[in-house]
Amino acid sequence: MKLTGAQILMKVLKEEKVDTIFGITGGAIIDIFDELARTDIRHINTRHEQAAVHAADGYARAKKKVGVCLVTSGPGATNTVTGLASAYMDSIPLVVLTGQVPTSLIGNDAFQEVDIVGITRPCTKHNYLVKSIEDLARVVKEAFYIARSGRPGPVLVDLPKDIIQSRENFKPLPPSSLKSYSPTYRPNKKQLDKALKLIQEAKKPVIFAGGGVILSEASAELTKLATRLNAPVTASLMGMGAFPGTDTLWLGMLGMHGTYRANMSIGACDLLISVGVRFDDRVTGKVGTFAPNAKIIHIDIDPTSIRKNIMVTVPIVADCKATLTELNRLMDAEGLTRDPEINKRWLDQIEEWKSTFPLAYEQKDIIKPQYVIEKLYELTEGKAIISTEVGQNQMWAAQYYHFDRPNAFITSGGLGCMGFGLPAAIGAQVAQPKELVIDIAGDGSIQMNIQELATAIQYKLPVKIIILNNRYLGMVRQWQELFYEKRYAATDIQDGPDFVKLAESYGGVGLRAIKPEEVVPVLKEGLGIPKLVIMEFVVDREECVYPMVPAGAPITEMLLV
Amino acid sequence: MAEQRHTISLLVDNQPGVLSRIAGMFSGRGFNIESLCVAETVDPLVSRITLVTSGDELVVERINKQLNKLVNVIKVQDLTGTNFVERETALIKVKAKPAQKAEILRLVDIFKCKVVDVNTTSYIIEVTGTGEKLEALLKLLKPMGVKEIARTGTSALARNKK
Repeated sequence: MKLTGAQILMKVLKEEKVDTIFGITGGAIIDIFDELARTDIRHINTRHEQAAVHAADGYARAKKKVGVCLVTSGPGATNTVTGLASAYMDSIPLVVLTGQVPTSLIGNDAFQEVDIVGITRPCTKHNYLVKSIEDLARVVKEAFYIARSGRPGPVLVDLPKDIIQSRENFKPLPPSSLKSYSPTYRPNKKQLDKALKLIQEAKKPVIFAGGGVILSEASAELTKLATRLNAPVTASLMGMGAFPGTDTLWLGMLGMHGTYRANMSIGACDLLISVGVRFDDRVTGKVGTFAPNAKIIHIDIDPTSIRKNIMVTVPIVADCKATLTELNRLMDAEGLTRDPEINKRWLDQIEEWKSTFPLAYEQKDIIKPQYVIEKLYELTEGKAIISTEVGQNQMWAAQYYHFDRPNAFITSGGLGCMGFGLPAAIGAQVAQPKELVIDIAGDGSIQMNIQELATAIQYKLPVKIIILNNRYLGMVRQWQELFYEKRYAATDIQDGPDFVKLAESYGGVGLRAIKPEEVVPVLKEGLGIPKLVIMEFVVDREECVYPMVPAGAPITEMLLV
Repeated sequence: MAEQRHTISLLVDNQPGVLSRIAGMFSGRGFNIESLCVAETVDPLVSRITLVTSGDELVVERINKQLNKLVNVIKVQDLTGTNFVERETALIKVKAKPAQKAEILRLVDIFKCKVVDVNTTSYIIEVTGTGEKLEALLKLLKPMGVKEIARTGTSALARNKK
């Protein structure tokens, strides 16, 4: 029997075990939504396509599977670009399906026509324009395969309306394979041996975990390695939760707003075991002075990450989990041991750094944002899934909420995309309905996708939003304070909404704390309400995130207060 | 590290948009394409792209890796430093004043190229060879008045291993 393109699409989505789609309908995509409504796949109707992609991103991370979006042509498609760019930078597996005008009109500047494949080429892992119904099933299957394999990423498939409406025979296809695309998963034995030798010789090792550890689900293996070596662990923003944040070997985050001990240990270590990282400039600071005394082992599945920013001693192009498993096995087999006396000296040094300059703030008569996060951490016992917006709120969340498990910290790391947190929290809540999902936001970022309050209300998603309201675009204001002689150009946003009333107008609950003693009661009340809650905290307007490494400076040269 | 010219040979899926992916990668990452030559291979599903770029060792390593990362790229081979043949063809329209016709034909003979079009005021010369040969001929023709030129860009193949 011949099926329509829309029906074939549904068959393939079911084969790929899709259970949820985020998106918004429109003229060019109406047939697919019509067909989608006849399946048991859940549709989450966001209020903006950018939010649909961020929600799929949050869903993908919280559920460890491919997130899927469905949007219309033209503006529906262009609105996905920011979401795609964020997912691409953070290597999040997504399949974004866009409607397109009929093939006969392509190139004619038709109504709601845009060359979305051309536009998104540099911000997707791959993309397709389906030009014939015979290709449809294969292309969609390939899109899922490419999105989830190797270094994951978003894949866009553009679907012209006439193809979706035409009919063709359908029979299920075998798993995709492409002669031009085959990621390397297994580590090279010679490289492993070289790495082992360096580990054996190291006196001051540091393990540096990135998002790749979380993506390849290698947290247990990483923890085993760290425990076996009794070696301290730091992480990039994307690696938070890859190693337990309450473990004694945990150094805290690395980089521009990293802890004093993490950054100092990079300066002093003689071996850096970096796993699933890409040495972003926010982590390395001045490249020439990064880990100056260290030999570097770099494990990453993407060959382009190796020797891109940092020269390394032993590169291993392979899956993080496969590599760490193999390293642990080889160490056991060879009975590798490290001198406990030498290691103790190294750990003592780190402890000294830790006690000299711990993360600190002073809570007086105005609410400090750090205090809010610290209390949030205590009251949730560290068990919430946290999404963040971008800026100071994101850094305080990373510093003061301690993540003991992977996929519990959902943030736009590479692109640094304001407006990410609320839709990502919605996606995470859809993926994990029983978990407590909290968006830590600033008053600037939250307003970039505030319309998604309606989505949370519509689907009864009890997302909690913490707004650290300083009525500034705070991170940029901080730069202006420190480097632009306090000229606060374009960062003062005093004329914001009344967030309590705003929450209420959407049908949620709004709470506000103005005095420090109100923080805990507001958090307790808000966290206990089983529906959408905005908790607004009127915080110290000019609080800064410390430590801070000025852009382009060595990471061991921190501004501490 | 010294900048060097690199001739890179690519096998890619013969599909619309593939060239744009490659060109986009170069421009988006700040690399430079000096010349480019694209055509179908014996397998109609595969095209060969020969491109010439320059950079130090690290830059060229990055270019190679980024090319390999593109889903439609089947194979990347940096020919520079290996044993390979490279050729380029140019069509050169040169003024043919009566006094210079003999000299032009003498150059055509020396460079083993062909006159493929003749009229009263100009010749079109077809020349094939390395980029250096083309440059050498052009240098000699220029004083006589080169009116137009069309060059193919370099095409290259690795020699068989002996």
